[in-house]
Amino acid sequence: MTFWERNQLKLAPFFFLAPAILIFLIYVIYPIIDSIWVSFHEWNGMDKSNLKPDGTPNWKWVGFKHYIMLFTDDEEFYVSLFNNIRWLVFSLLAIPIGLSLALFVNQNITGMRYIKSLFYFPFVINAVVIGVIFTWFYNPRYGALTLVLGFFGLDPIPFLADENLATYGIIIASFFPGIAYTMILYITGLTGVNREMIEAGRIDGASGFTMLWHVVLPQLKPATLIAVVVTIVGSLRSFDLIAVMTAGGPWGSSEVLAYKMYQESLFNYRMGYGAAIATILFLIMDIYIAWFLYRLFKSEKTEK
Amino acid sequence: MKKLLTLIILFTSTVVSAGNLIINSNQSGASSKAGFDAYVDAFRAAHPEVTVVVNEFEHEAYKTAIRNFLTAEAPDVAIWFAGNRMKFFVDQGLFQDVSDVWADAGLNDSMASSKGSLTVDDKQYGVPWGYYQWGVYYRKDLFDNLDLNVPKNWEEFKSVCAMLKKNGITPITIGTKYLWTAGGWFDYLNLRINGYQFHMDLTAGKVSYEDPRLDATFDHWRELLDAEYFLEDHASFSWQDAQAPQINGEAAMYLIGNFYVPTLEEAGVKDKMDFFQFPTIVEGVGVAEDAPTDTMHIPSGAKNVEDAKKFLAFMSNKEAATNWATMGGMLSPNKYADKPTDRFSIMGAEMLAAADDIAQFWDRDANPDMAGAAMEGFQEFMVKPDREDKIRARLEKERARIHGAL
Repeated sequence: MTFWERNQLKLAPFFFLAPAILIFLIYVIYPIIDSIWVSFHEWNGMDKSNLKPDGTPNWKWVGFKHYIMLFTDDEEFYVSLFNNIRWLVFSLLAIPIGLSLALFVNQNITGMRYIKSLFYFPFVINAVVIGVIFTWFYNPRYGALTLVLGFFGLDPIPFLADENLATYGIIIASFFPGIAYTMILYITGLTGVNREMIEAGRIDGASGFTMLWHVVLPQLKPATLIAVVVTIVGSLRSFDLIAVMTAGGPWGSSEVLAYKMYQESLFNYRMGYGAAIATILFLIMDIYIAWFLYRLFKSEKTEK
Repeated sequence: MKKLLTLIILFTSTVVSAGNLIINSNQSGASSKAGFDAYVDAFRAAHPEVTVVVNEFEHEAYKTAIRNFLTAEAPDVAIWFAGNRMKFFVDQGLFQDVSDVWADAGLNDSMASSKGSLTVDDKQYGVPWGYYQWGVYYRKDLFDNLDLNVPKNWEEFKSVCAMLKKNGITPITIGTKYLWTAGGWFDYLNLRINGYQFHMDLTAGKVSYEDPRLDATFDHWRELLDAEYFLEDHASFSWQDAQAPQINGEAAMYLIGNFYVPTLEEAGVKDKMDFFQFPTIVEGVGVAEDAPTDTMHIPSGAKNVEDAKKFLAFMSNKEAATNWATMGGMLSPNKYADKPTDRFSIMGAEMLAAADDIAQFWDRDANPDMAGAAMEGFQEFMVKPDREDKIRARLEKERARIHGAL
């Protein structure tokens, strides 16, 4: 028996995995490590060996300077961080709204299929298009919101021009596709709900909210889990809507970490500083994902 | 696909090279592309021995692409912008000195007005091909209805604003969502109050943002803000959004560049519109105007420098120069070029010819990092004027980080 014949079964999986692992290493792992490396340097994105007019090289080791600057000397960083937290907390509202919509459309009425697909429609539209639609909607001179408010005799609310409201204005726009997505998750979840359990619950006297809370929701746990994960990761990645709706404004008040990173590295030629922001965002996501995986494994163990 | 094609062209061209002249262009708009093509054709006719290869990029994508191709695979000619945008690459040693082209082709005479914006340490690093004026585009019909005259100084300007406002018309429209329109206002107020040299020192980072001379600039701006002469909620609007009130006849004046004219034509209100120069504020201060200049450069990595210099020197040909600029909706920097025929271009050309100095524009004169932070500050000031001290302190901190302590 040759070596190959003896170990074929053990080795084959590695050969099958190799291309994927290689690509993952080149396109995911290497850029992460490289970004972290760049964050310890001052770099304007130009030829690394060239000199700047003041005689210092384009590429210069600065250690933790960028991180220290971010935390001690950059108000905008805290604005972005705080906005990220707002995104994280408020975008979760999409989940209960999606659930109630799912419960609403989960009825056997003729034509419900079409209504379902209408509700799902926003998720199919590109985020940039949604951003443009909501920018028009909020337009304080000609927008639909202004017309509606005017009908009730109220003054227009310049959502996107107000430093305190801009972020909320964008989060509300993000609900548009977010609710559609959680709704579809819950609709599929609801088809898997055990009828017998509902019958049993009914016999025991549960109805309405108690039925939902104690009988239906526990069975929807897998759907809830995915909805929470996708919503939170989506909120940390939020970028496109901000770029389209406010460009981070007014005066930077609706920036989030991802947008600030883009701004610093591509517009201000501060690659190192941008990389430091990216690294912090990466750490935040990591902590969250690690915690989440820990919870997931723990709950799977107890179920067994 | 286009990118792939460009790559193939770049690759093959470097192999064949020698007689080929490779040009990277950002003239992607229909009218500007036609203008550039006409210039290239005229050059081909005059220099049949040179084979011209043009790589065309989309205008916005070009701004990030140029950093890569200048270092990696340099063309022989690259189109770009004057002022600090050019200086950044000059400092990196990526653009060549073309002072000899200026001397040999007589550009020192014919392009004298733009020379300053292409000069670093007494050497020229590029040749201009077009520029356009900034100023106040206003609704003449609204002015006539109220018997208003074009304001020549600050007091007249304010009284015009007051009259318009009293009659329910927004005096000044502006959309500051993308910030640079606020930069235009700061440019003009500061140029009219503190003059060109101070303004240039400020954009070069040599003056503090807390300098007392800037107080007057912000105070004048504040007079307009406190009286609420600007369009309400302007931070929600892009510069295009802000056109709507003026086109609808709800707003009277707009401080903007000549690229506004095609929109006016499309909207069918061009006949109702007119143009005036930003009014004098402090008597005796030299008249400086914003006139962003678009340029051509020879990268340091160029392989066919000889033909590239011919291409740049061809700007001294007045027909070719006129054609390119006017077809692209701009003015030719060549003073012997034929006079423009469009009403707004004529006014612009006359105004700029009489100007003592020409500035590029806030975000082309200042370092990109500083320009962005400052324009954000200007936008904030326009909405929350009470934060002036805080904003200026923040800008000064940014300036010190970028340009060093004074």
